[in-house]
Amino acid sequence: MLPTNTHILFHEFDYHAPTTLYEATELLAQYGDSARPIAGGTDLLVQMKMERRQPAHVISLARVNALQGIALNGDLTIGATTSIRDLHQYLTSKLQPPFASLQSLGEACNGFSTIQIMRMATLGGNLCNASPASDSAPPLLTFDARVTLKSKTFERVMALEHFFIAPGKTALQADELLTHIRIPRPPHQSASAFIKIARVAADISQVCAAVRLTRDGNLIHDARIALGSVAPTPVRAAAAERELIGQTFSAALAEKIGKRAAQEIQPISDIRATRAYRQHIAAVIVRDALLRAWERTQ
Amino acid sequence: MTPKLVKLNVNGRAHHTALAPNTTLLHALRDLGYTDVKSGCEKGDCGACGVIVNGAVVNSCLLLAWLADNQEIITVAGLGAAAKPHPLQQAFVDFGAAQCGFCTPGMIMSAKALLDEYPHPTDEQMREALSGNLCRCTGYTRIFEAVQNAAHEITSD
Ligand SMILES: Cc1cc2nc3c(=O)[nH]c(=O)nc-3n(C[C@H](O)[C@H](O)[C@H](O)COP(=O)(O)OP(=O)(O)OC[C@H]3O[C@@H](n4cnc5c(N)ncnc54)[C@H](O)[C@@H]3O)c2cc1C
Ligand code: FES
Ligand code: FES
Repeated sequence: MLPTNTHILFHEFDYHAPTTLYEATELLAQYGDSARPIAGGTDLLVQMKMERRQPAHVISLARVNALQGIALNGDLTIGATTSIRDLHQYLTSKLQPPFASLQSLGEACNGFSTIQIMRMATLGGNLCNASPASDSAPPLLTFDARVTLKSKTFERVMALEHFFIAPGKTALQADELLTHIRIPRPPHQSASAFIKIARVAADISQVCAAVRLTRDGNLIHDARIALGSVAPTPVRAAAAERELIGQTFSAALAEKIGKRAAQEIQPISDIRATRAYRQHIAAVIVRDALLRAWERTQ
Repeated sequence: MTPKLVKLNVNGRAHHTALAPNTTLLHALRDLGYTDVKSGCEKGDCGACGVIVNGAVVNSCLLLAWLADNQEIITVAGLGAAAKPHPLQQAFVDFGAAQCGFCTPGMIMSAKALLDEYPHPTDEQMREALSGNLCRCTGYTRIFEAVQNAAHEITSD
């Protein structure tokens, strides 16, 4: 068969529209591997049109109110089906210190291609799709975000770092939903920054990087660096982070750590960029993000 | 794959139509005769299929029609017709902002949603609002002129 370039949805499926979390997880328990939840559909529908995924049952999360919304109660808790646009508006208008230090996540949402996609796409979908190019993942990794996974009978919480397993693959079992993303209270005197390089503004990244710095006077008290599109999953650059801690911040240090982070990653060449380009750009944007985040801690 | 009776409120008119679950809103609308909604890339990149659902522009190629059940949908034909065009439509004509015209319906819907939110958009806001709509013909300059002039026209009424 010829590959198709008119992506009409040929694949057939049954559609379920539960209104409660219990119903949704019950449907997943019943249909298991033959089911897929759908949130905004901006990844799943494209994959179904290209016949890369062919679930027999599609379970819409759009009417499950318990999965929506953002709450600040010690932690910042974000419902999985909160849209990227709503999250962006919340982050850029409502937050006081120390949560105002989540700048990088706002920047990641803002860099998220187009207005239409920002309205339709959800944060949970961005993580569950497990693309190495997820824009929200690097900032969330630097915040020590945790995800809540729920089946009909069981709930577990894990660090986001352990959630990503491979491209398109997460720690989710077939009967589990991602219900919430939880960001713990950030340390005082911290700030963050996110930089994405893409071919054009409305494309997914060739490389993206998020950093979070916590300062203590002129010293770097704590440092986090995470990168996207440079490995099978979004990754932290742990060795580069360690070299920052306890140091006095300087532009020369940022330059050196950018190069260090670039040595830690294993990017591939694909249609968006070559391995060499990704490695080069990673050093540059980690440096720039460090400079920007440090400036914001003042 | 049992079809379901779905109610689509399009441009103020209610349609009761039986749709299979794998029908996107794009094709449901075109099959109902709303061929002003264009099928371009079918994967969210081009914006040609843009319609307003409950006040927000969406790419109808990525929305299952069942999710639009009972919702208010506006297509470009719902804004005005040749005899009585919407100021945006008139400005697209006056400023030569449509050449082949394929991107125009989606472009105008994005512009409409922008002006509903920001009656006096900055150039930055306008460029951002239209960034999900690709045009292969005009080079965008005339589109931007048309949108800013329509904004002026609407608010000076
Ligand atoms: C034109 C275009 C531009 C894009 N630009 C960007 C970009 O700039 N940056 C970026 O990061 N991404 C981008 N994307 C990808 C996509 O929009 C995002 O990944 C989006 O956040 C996915 O969310 P969704 O709600 O649409 O997911 P869906 O398509 O609904 O779901 C994605 C996957 O996650 C699963 N899933 C969803 N929610 C849950 C849940 N709560 N529990 C368990 N499983 C779940 C689904 O089963 C599916 O496998 C773009 C996509 C398009 C079409
Ligand atoms: S046809 Fe829907 S975005 Fe291109
Ligand atoms: S006028 Fe031809 S694509 Fe825009």
